[in-house]
Amino acid sequence: MKVTVKYFGLVAEAKGTNEEVLNLTAPTTAFELKQKCLSPLAIVDQDSVQVAVNQNLDENIILKEGDEVALLPPFAGG
Amino acid sequence: METKKVKKVFVEGAIPPEKIAQSVANHQSKTNIGAHSIFLGQIRADVIDGKTVAAIQYTAYEEMAEKVFHEIREAAFAKFDITCAHIYHSLGTIKTGELCLFVFTSSAHRKIAIEATNYFVEEIKAKVPIFGKEIFEDETHQWKVNK
Repeated sequence: MKVTVKYFGLVAEAKGTNEEVLNLTAPTTAFELKQKCLSPLAIVDQDSVQVAVNQNLDENIILKEGDEVALLPPFAGG
Repeated sequence: METKKVKKVFVEGAIPPEKIAQSVANHQSKTNIGAHSIFLGQIRADVIDGKTVAAIQYTAYEEMAEKVFHEIREAAFAKFDITCAHIYHSLGTIKTGELCLFVFTSSAHRKIAIEATNYFVEEIKAKVPIFGKEIFEDETHQWKVNK
């Protein structure tokens, strides 16, 4: 099952890319995917990174084929 | 109806001061308006550990951000008796002293317009996925976090 993961701001910088397609073999929640993506990275406050699935903030949702997952560091608009 | 239209908020680069004057001029034919309230966000030259911020580079999760901007607009129109509301936010590199956010609300009376503008600014800062890289004069950087 393929999902697209988008990275922004300091997450994209730490990851060295803005986007990748991941193949998930077991049922995975958005939160679990976030942990998997962030754990190898040198980001001090990983709890401050929010996760959106298809543009809605929701960590508990179980991912499905074709979902767009975004890892969003703290907002800084305005 | 104006409130239902999804308007594009993001502009590339700084917001020119002339845009504010033009926006005011565009509302002079709407004579049911008695008050405009404007918020302008300007890039501040913060000094952090002896280094001075020279610019902020803004990026966003644009598709989600435009959706959230629209939701904030809808909520503001439901909450406040405003005639119209316009929001512009910059993307790209904005130098200190330049404008990165322009919120403009209009109403029959001042109090509502002022409250609505404040609501927009607070909601934008809290809910819209925009990211800011503070670039120092020595070209190093750090990531901005809204307080």
